[in-house]
Amino acid sequence: MQFLGRRKKLIGSSQNDLYDHCLQFYGQPPLENISLTEFETFAVERLKLLKTVENLGVSYVKNSDPYTKKMEAEFSSLNFPLKTELDDRKIQGGTSEYDKRRKDHISHFILRLAYCQTEDLRRWFIQQEMDLFRFRFGYLPPRHKTDFLHKNNLKYETVSAEEKKSLKDKLIASSYGLSGITLEEYDFYKVPFQDALDLVRTRKVYLLAGNAYIPHHEIITIVLNDFRTRLSKALAVTARSLPAVQSDERLQPLLSHLSHAYVGQDYSIQKNIGKISLEQIDPLSGKSFPLCMRHLHKALRENHHLRHGGRMQYGLFLKGIGLTLEQALQFWRSEFVKGKVDADKFDKAYAYSVRHMFGKEGKRTDYTPYSCMKVILSNPPSQGDYHGCPFRHSDPELLKQKLQNYKVSPSGINQILELVKGMHYQLACQKYFELTHNVEDAGFSLNHPNQYFTESQKLLGGGRDIKKEVDMSQRSQENTANVTRPSQDNSKQANEEMGDLDSFFQDE
Amino acid sequence: MPTSDYDPACLPDLLPLYYRRLFPFSQYYRWLSYGGVSKNYFQNREFSFTLKDDIYVRYQSFTTQNELEKEMQKMVPYKIDIGAVYSHRPSQHNAVKSGTFQALEKELVFDIDMTDYDDVRRCCSAADICSKCWTLMTIAIRILDRALREDFGFHHLLWVYSGRRGVHCWVCDEAARKLSVAARSAVAEYLSLVKGGEETVRKVVLSDPIHPFINHSLSVVERYFRQYAIVDQDILGSKESVDKVLAVLTVHIKKELMVNYQDEKNPMKRWDRLCALVEHKKSGSKKGGQYFDKEIMLQYCYPRLDVNVSKGVNHLLKSPFSVHPKTGRISVPIDLKELNTFDPFEVPTISLICEELERPRADEAEEDDMKDKENEQEAGERRRIRDFKRTSLAKYVKVFDRFLEAMARSRKGEMLKNSDLQKDF
Repeated sequence: MQFLGRRKKLIGSSQNDLYDHCLQFYGQPPLENISLTEFETFAVERLKLLKTVENLGVSYVKNSDPYTKKMEAEFSSLNFPLKTELDDRKIQGGTSEYDKRRKDHISHFILRLAYCQTEDLRRWFIQQEMDLFRFRFGYLPPRHKTDFLHKNNLKYETVSAEEKKSLKDKLIASSYGLSGITLEEYDFYKVPFQDALDLVRTRKVYLLAGNAYIPHHEIITIVLNDFRTRLSKALAVTARSLPAVQSDERLQPLLSHLSHAYVGQDYSIQKNIGKISLEQIDPLSGKSFPLCMRHLHKALRENHHLRHGGRMQYGLFLKGIGLTLEQALQFWRSEFVKGKVDADKFDKAYAYSVRHMFGKEGKRTDYTPYSCMKVILSNPPSQGDYHGCPFRHSDPELLKQKLQNYKVSPSGINQILELVKGMHYQLACQKYFELTHNVEDAGFSLNHPNQYFTESQKLLGGGRDIKKEVDMSQRSQENTANVTRPSQDNSKQANEEMGDLDSFFQDE
Repeated sequence: MPTSDYDPACLPDLLPLYYRRLFPFSQYYRWLSYGGVSKNYFQNREFSFTLKDDIYVRYQSFTTQNELEKEMQKMVPYKIDIGAVYSHRPSQHNAVKSGTFQALEKELVFDIDMTDYDDVRRCCSAADICSKCWTLMTIAIRILDRALREDFGFHHLLWVYSGRRGVHCWVCDEAARKLSVAARSAVAEYLSLVKGGEETVRKVVLSDPIHPFINHSLSVVERYFRQYAIVDQDILGSKESVDKVLAVLTVHIKKELMVNYQDEKNPMKRWDRLCALVEHKKSGSKKGGQYFDKEIMLQYCYPRLDVNVSKGVNHLLKSPFSVHPKTGRISVPIDLKELNTFDPFEVPTISLICEELERPRADEAEEDDMKDKENEQEAGERRRIRDFKRTSLAKYVKVFDRFLEAMARSRKGEMLKNSDLQKDF
């Protein structure tokens, strides 16, 4: 792509063929020239769209009515393509379908540049693009779905009628919502299990001799798998050619702004190193730790031990709140030594892994503290583990008891449990924040345990510097993106009431 | 008693003997070369050794069977782990440009460890096992073996006793070795039914429709449940244990059963009562069935795997024929045809087989004559082949041989198929 000051006119109808479908896999990069203004506008608008996709995905059940309606509204206001109207290209008085598709195409590729740089950025980008794709594919009428698949060379083998009949009971038992009648009508595809991992992982499909038997309506999952793989590879390629792009001074500020403003901090650079003392950890765990970390801390104090998963999750969190390597070593050693581990064994076996966390061993990667998504989605706890997200991984009864022990009001507990039932774990944690800090609105969208800690400290008056920094980045977001954010007035009120809060937290 | 009292202090003396005269190097090499189809497959394989005094060394690799033997005899590892096949020779990984040294392939592996069942077994805990809880391993093997073969289409599975408290499975099909991290993780999750840690009371949740995989697994569990759980583990005997079992049920059912159990003390009858009650409630309820009885059976018996072991392509796992330093037992392949009679306490220890080696044999005189006519190395091989044959290790090496033969036949079949295809006009 070359960037000129003025826009050049497009030549030829060959461009029209490029956008003959409202949905695409983004296989080919755009080959035209565009203005800087358009470059910036397209990028920002797609980012707004992806951010909406993320928020709606957390607040509503995907594909429910409110979700669909809100998505439609966003598509319409931001002018992204949704309708299939293949023939009706020019809509009077609005953006043409063609223009919408073009914007979709170009904006995707611009955001690739901004989001290819780190693992976390890529993961976020891929997740939102996949949700976006899933929504748009689901929106297509069936004929168009099949059409799209064929045009993109996804030909999967259909299962013969005889085979379907012989496997009838098994197929019905493995695919939700099928009956004997629909079985005959539906097409089933035989796909090697490696191409249907999401369905295999959740046991939503029948497996025989290494093949997954997929009903037509589930084909989206396969398609998404394919989409994710392609995008992941593409981002890796993009990352390699990034230096050339970044050297263009017109683009560099925009691209770095895009990737920082919307994904949030990754807490890899600690701004308060050494400002926390070890004695503060116990009271802090009650006041400012999210439930998962409070739980881990308690388990560590009680058992004088944590398994690997717990050590990683908690250890990195502590690094994120500002513990130095020396403090961390002292902390872990003093606790483990109270248990079955003697100082010698600690130094031999566990100290290495603490140093590893701080990037002082092995690959010397400075590991970043886990975000909520990571804690919720990867490495579920099993027998003897205390890590994970309590809202996700704990039995509701036990969660309830724990919240009661922590003096959360019964109505508050009910609200939390409702959110958990709806699988809105981060919102449940946010509600826990609101209840324990006695505020109506947390004032932020929780997606990282260290964010919980920072916000809590801010609220309790512990970190004036941090507060300023967060405000600044928010203000710049508001300038470019025009997104409304909940007001920060609540935090001021909370500060005034702070006198009572300390006594409130005098539990174990 | 075949154990012949093992003492860890003897390892330094026994291991050299084991590696010189008993370890089945030629079968081992044959396995890991996989027919020589892929170039440098054996050479690029990572091994890790734990030496005396807990010294751990990674990125060991060898160019030939001979080198493997010599190094092992020299280093005398206490533990041997097998890792992945890398893009370059692991022993030279430091010389490779950073980022290009990658793990490419490895067998799909599973590790079933008895400690993961501590919350549901009453006979033992931690590192202990007994004949009562060993049934859990039998169940695990039957369920997983069936699923890996029938559902996933794998053919070449090697089940190995870990030496103390569990079993490992090595899926050696070419397709398995090429699986990505995501695929391995998906397979492991498909096979996982027991979920949750300390905080979860009800670890198995079933709802309609019940997947055929779950039904297959249930039919295996059902075969063993009464004898294993009700009789051997006596889960419906003591109050404490009963409370635990009933904890997963709804309040109504629990109450009714508690009342019934005050009079009914026979555990088997108690279980029957529980099943009957659950069945009764199920047919009465409007929503999808309640499968508490099945959930209980699965929670107490269904295999618990560590997904992390199976996920990583570069994950290192204890090698077959490795010695377990604490028990002295050899990690031997398990013959599935004899699974019902497999007894972990009958597995030979290194002290036993070393002792068996020393016992003189009647026909040895004849064979000594032959020795003079051959060269040293061949004689060494022959001696070694003769050697393990007269120990209790022999039958396990035979199991391994059969496994290798099956893979060889399958490879031959593949080659014929491919060459036929090429000749097709």
